[in-house]
Amino acid sequence: MLVYLIRRSLQSVVVLAVMSLIVFAGVYAVGNPIDILINPQADQAERQQAIEALGLDKPMWMQYFVFLRDAVHGDLGHSFVHSTSALGLIFERMPATLELALVAMAFAILLGIPLGLWAGLKPDSVSGRSIMAGSILGFSLPTFWVGLMLIMVFSVMLGWLPSNGRGTTVDLFGVPVSFLTIDGWRHLILPATNLALFNLALMIRLTRAGTREALLQDYVKFARAKGLSNTRVIGVHVLRNILIPIVTVIGLQFGSLIAFAIVTESVFAWPGMGKLLVDSINFLDRPVIVAYLLVIVSLFIVINLIVDLVYSSLDPRVRLTDSKS
Amino acid sequence: MLPTSVRRLLSALVVCASIASVAAPSAAELRIGVAADVTSIDPHFFNLFPNNNIAEHIFDKLVRMDPDSQMIPGLATSWKTIDPMTWEFKLRKGVKFHDGSELTADDVVFSINRVPNVPNSPGRFTAYTKAITKIDVVDPYTLHIHYATPYPLAPNDLSTIYIVSKKAGGTASTEDFNSGKAAIGSGPFKFVKYVNGDRVELARNDDYWGDKPAYDKVTFRIIKNEAARTAALLSGDVDAIEQPPTADLARLKADPKFTVTSKISHRVIYFNFDFLDRSSPFITGKDGKPLAKNPLLDLRVRRAMSKAINRKAIADRVMEGQAVPSGQLVSDHLFGFVPTLKADAFDPEGAKKLLAQAGYADGFNLTIHGPAGRYVNDEKIVQAVAQMLSRVGINCKVETSPMGPYSAHASKQEFSFHMVGWGASTGEASSPLRSLLATYDAAKGLGAVNWGRYSNPKVDYLIEQSLQQVDDDNRKVMLQRATQLAMDDLGLMPIHFQFTIWATKKGVQYVPRTDEYTLAFQFHAAK
Repeated sequence: MLVYLIRRSLQSVVVLAVMSLIVFAGVYAVGNPIDILINPQADQAERQQAIEALGLDKPMWMQYFVFLRDAVHGDLGHSFVHSTSALGLIFERMPATLELALVAMAFAILLGIPLGLWAGLKPDSVSGRSIMAGSILGFSLPTFWVGLMLIMVFSVMLGWLPSNGRGTTVDLFGVPVSFLTIDGWRHLILPATNLALFNLALMIRLTRAGTREALLQDYVKFARAKGLSNTRVIGVHVLRNILIPIVTVIGLQFGSLIAFAIVTESVFAWPGMGKLLVDSINFLDRPVIVAYLLVIVSLFIVINLIVDLVYSSLDPRVRLTDSKS
Repeated sequence: MLPTSVRRLLSALVVCASIASVAAPSAAELRIGVAADVTSIDPHFFNLFPNNNIAEHIFDKLVRMDPDSQMIPGLATSWKTIDPMTWEFKLRKGVKFHDGSELTADDVVFSINRVPNVPNSPGRFTAYTKAITKIDVVDPYTLHIHYATPYPLAPNDLSTIYIVSKKAGGTASTEDFNSGKAAIGSGPFKFVKYVNGDRVELARNDDYWGDKPAYDKVTFRIIKNEAARTAALLSGDVDAIEQPPTADLARLKADPKFTVTSKISHRVIYFNFDFLDRSSPFITGKDGKPLAKNPLLDLRVRRAMSKAINRKAIADRVMEGQAVPSGQLVSDHLFGFVPTLKADAFDPEGAKKLLAQAGYADGFNLTIHGPAGRYVNDEKIVQAVAQMLSRVGINCKVETSPMGPYSAHASKQEFSFHMVGWGASTGEASSPLRSLLATYDAAKGLGAVNWGRYSNPKVDYLIEQSLQQVDDDNRKVMLQRATQLAMDDLGLMPIHFQFTIWATKKGVQYVPRTDEYTLAFQFHAAK
């Protein structure tokens, strides 16, 4: 177990280093941010001054070296446009995104698994078929369109919920959260629903497929033959066995929910990290872009690790030491 | 940002909005949806439009601009030249900062000196202060500002410099301004709260020396997505928005619950020609082979291209009426406007004749470049121009990209014919002339954004003279003459002045501005 964790950590460091180089080179290739940053009225000398002030006059390898040197000390650079540390900026925005992603994931799991189970147990019923038909919509409708429709219907036409932004926040262990206030929830419902939709559909389909497969397995037949109650057969034997693929998907999808909440955040003007990334790309604010992607990669690494750990506890056959990935 | 289909759908649904219930906030509160992110509250950190827009509320300036970009007294009640190289500014007496301390000449000196010294600034205001050689404080309400050369633009320049309190800003960092600790100005609003990427909250300054704002609490909500911004107005989450998408205007105007106001902006949209004597990178013959000579060096070709463009159609159709065709760099009420200079009339036949005379009867192939998402309908304008040029035989392809990579290429003369916009933020014609049309000269600091590398010594001479001409009448003639010469040459090709648009809910009125700012103190309850 310990060896496994150490090996995984070393792999992670390599991944982070490679990732930082790729992003750094990529953003460098896009162009010089000074052209968008500086006031157009500035003359050539002022331009040169600004370029030097931001360290953009040095060759790329030197800029990367400076970045690596600072990164080792935990400093991923200063945002060009905000004058604050890139990491600080990301962590300032992170609670909003995490909150949105967590609520969306909770929606997806709490609705998706029961609905999928139902559809799997009664595949030919009207309700089962309707759930499946609905899930196709969840897959195929583009997020921004659904977001706009939600706004049009619930904010503009019905006037029930606010169209954008984050509600009143209160501090929980020093972190501003909005899910503890009513106003916060009113602002959360639409974007979280929007973000959850794809994953809800995914949960439904995965659970349904897993359930149908499990019902045909010998151990389920045996459990029934033993005379176990239906609740126990489904709740323990079926559910536990279909959870393995679902946990994997939840893990991976949670990562992408955080990383790619961008569309929802931009449609709902949600002040999260995704919006920060879009703004930073517009400004070619390289320190923030690089730091953001490094944070996201780290997040994926941690999530994958947790998934592997949960895996082994759900399925005793999985041995962590066997894993070479 | 969003595909046209979505925008269209949204505008269709705007109709449904008329049946929606609109929540009424207290009359004293105003919520404004703005289009761009505020990166800092420090008014000297980054000369960026959305930052300045907020600074306009919290801080004062010596000279202010009225809605027509005419200079009016701000903290200075009067200004005059004592000699051509020295300006005297008389300060308003009894102006109080938000912390109660009185504003004096020392605060002004401190603010001007702070401009070049803000750490890590990606874009300073030094363009407006670097010509100053010395500032004398004659008494607490009189300043003498010295320049190395005769300097007519002192009041224009100082209309961009925000005055901070020496006491609060003495050693303050940009972070101290963002947190509010140092955000002490003398403007009509006090700073309350800044949430990065989300909102800025302000409260009325009841001790303000000028007209009191109509609203005592103002929240700027940052909603970059234009469809979402419109939706926020429709749903009553905000009371006013800037820059509603032009596609939604007709619906918003038809709806009695909303008011749309617009005003011609100081921003001109124009195209740069490649003036380098080379085989231009994006021009080929009809056979696809590069042309040895750059056809754009021939005035007849440039004139033909200008005549081929139906500016009125672009203003009416592409811009939905939110633009006026232009043949020069500043609009009619700005200093240096040439009343007799009109945009080239749409004349495709004349264009073909000129092309034939220049030896390009068959035309040529051209790739037009443009920014995406930087100016109102920028991509559509480029496409429309491409189609119009194709009709006179210049086969066009269009390539657009976001402003970042776009300007990186354009500033290195990697394009042949490309679109840009320019806002004359000092409210007069020397701003575009010196940056866009003066010969590129790093030593003199001229032509910094002359991306096409147009060069005409006569124009340069007039521009340089005008920059040292303190007599306003003489200066105006010089600027007009320089504009006329450069436009006779088609040193660049103006298309139109875009309008800035605001939409408000009924009951809220905005006094629209040429400088594009969305200022809370210019909102009033409608009569």
